[in-house]
Amino acid sequence: MNAVDTYITADGRTIGAPLMEMKNITLRFGGVTAIQDISFDIREGEVRAIIGPNGAGKSSMLNVINGFYHPQEGEVWFRGKKRLAMKPHQIAKQGIARTFQNIALFKGMSTLDNIMTGRLTHMKSGLFSQMAWWGGAQTEEVANRAIVEKVIDFLEIQAIRKTPVGRLPYGFQKRVELGRALAAEPKLLLLDEPMAGMNVEEKEDMSRFILDVNDEFGTTIALIEHDMGVVMDIADRVVVMDYGKKIGDGTPDEVRNNQDVIDAYLGVAHD
Amino acid sequence: MLYREAGDYKTSYAKDQQTFPIAFDRYGYFLTIAFAVLVVPFVLNDYWTNAVVLPFLIYAIAALGLNILIGYCGQVSLGSGGFMAVGAYASYKLMTAFPDLNIVFVILLSGGITALVGILFGLPSLRIKGFYLAVATLAAQFFLVWLFNKVPWFYNYSASGQISAPERSLFGFAVTGANANPATSYLFCLGFVFVMAWAARNMTRGANGRKWMAIRDMDIAAEIIGVDPLKAKLTAFGVSSFYIGIAGALLFAVYLGAAEVGEAFGIEKSFLILFMVIIGGLGSIFGSFAGAAFMILMPVLLKNIMVGQMGWPTDLASHFQFVIVGGLIIIFLIVEPHGLAQLWRLAKEKLRLWPFPH
Repeated sequence: MNAVDTYITADGRTIGAPLMEMKNITLRFGGVTAIQDISFDIREGEVRAIIGPNGAGKSSMLNVINGFYHPQEGEVWFRGKKRLAMKPHQIAKQGIARTFQNIALFKGMSTLDNIMTGRLTHMKSGLFSQMAWWGGAQTEEVANRAIVEKVIDFLEIQAIRKTPVGRLPYGFQKRVELGRALAAEPKLLLLDEPMAGMNVEEKEDMSRFILDVNDEFGTTIALIEHDMGVVMDIADRVVVMDYGKKIGDGTPDEVRNNQDVIDAYLGVAHD
Repeated sequence: MLYREAGDYKTSYAKDQQTFPIAFDRYGYFLTIAFAVLVVPFVLNDYWTNAVVLPFLIYAIAALGLNILIGYCGQVSLGSGGFMAVGAYASYKLMTAFPDLNIVFVILLSGGITALVGILFGLPSLRIKGFYLAVATLAAQFFLVWLFNKVPWFYNYSASGQISAPERSLFGFAVTGANANPATSYLFCLGFVFVMAWAARNMTRGANGRKWMAIRDMDIAAEIIGVDPLKAKLTAFGVSSFYIGIAGALLFAVYLGAAEVGEAFGIEKSFLILFMVIIGGLGSIFGSFAGAAFMILMPVLLKNIMVGQMGWPTDLASHFQFVIVGGLIIIFLIVEPHGLAQLWRLAKEKLRLWPFPH
């Protein structure tokens, strides 16, 4: 691995060495190849977008990153170490959190409890301590509540703290889901279509939250998004996938002018 | 006018997270406890103890246990009767093998043994869900009852195949056996109920409860947030079986005194406890009590009305009792599928604004 120079973006954020590297990943489901020989890296501190038409294998890629799928070929490197086969919950403990394309909140629980679940990887008290609500368990609960309250303040959802999430409107549910991922204080945050189904105003809010997370907490972000305007505005670098292959990789400007990408999105004349 | 949050300011997260955040609830709870300890023991007679109070307390523990498993962790179990039998037989074996062992430890150890058995039968839950898991736990029910019937070691080779509880006492008062007086049995069970409900509440409001509920609501998201499904499900099975085992041990040792496994811990016990949990409200501690009260009190109440007040023959009344209880269950589930706990919650929300709802 060659040492990669860190650089500073135009808006003053430091982009560091690769946090996560995908090396020649191939993922097959039976005869279907969802991802074919894809390599890319996500550098520390950057906002990395993965784009591509429907069915390109973007969500599968996130599922590989957080251990839900195991690729048949290729290696995943995280923080300079090759990652062995791990279960998703072990990967969560390493500091990777995500949100889902279709909201995957815990419907029976309040907003507060949902976001508190994000702290589970940080909570260590044993069952008996919790039974008695004594010593470790209570201090831990209160300490983690304080962190969760910061997330709630950050996302401006104080008013719905005690509301069951099933009753919340869609935009708020998306926000609570982001909150749950943020509460884990991840090194790498994966966002699967964080702005799907939102109106312009909600998209602006969500973009602001994503940029603020990146800026204030220095969280590395990888996101999948279909809204090109948003992607081009907030991403530092973009990977473009089509039919399980990588057809472009680079800054938004480079990708925008890449002929393969234009062909994939706009179609190409067959002559 | 009393039931208000307004003006009841919380200045710390610990205060905000307490079990009864509303002062009125808190006082109600303390009053109930005081009433249960200071008044009830002195007015109890044999009939009330045996027909209502003891079964209510014991089944409340079982319902708490099953509610942890079904209501909080979302794993359906039809094996409760079998697990109660494990608790009962464990307590019997412990009492006869170690005559000097304190009855409290006997009951707790029985719960522990049941927890181990429960974890064992909970293993399939890692692969199967929903109805299929229910059927797998049904196998546990039938297997356990068969086991206690067919292996004489469990009932100490007694000719009748029954087990009967020898007399054990606590602080000089007989708790089990023929000499136990109603007030002692009552207080003994009440102590268990109090501690176990308190522990259940603490477990379910903390990190463990969130793990269980996360698995219940969306297991994939739970795993990605860092919940180990294996551990979460097996702790739920373990804790739930611990509760049910203790209920089984108390039912046998304190309430029944003597038991035969097929009769006392058959499949109908599994269903009875399941009904309590569903009618009371899944995922609610209060619901476990409400459900147990409903299923225990309703038949007694109906019997008293029909036989005592209206003078019907006992057999007719007992048939009608099934019809009415069954009908009530259906009506309840249609009117409020989330059980008595939800009705209580709605009532409280109304009460918060009463008498000026606008």
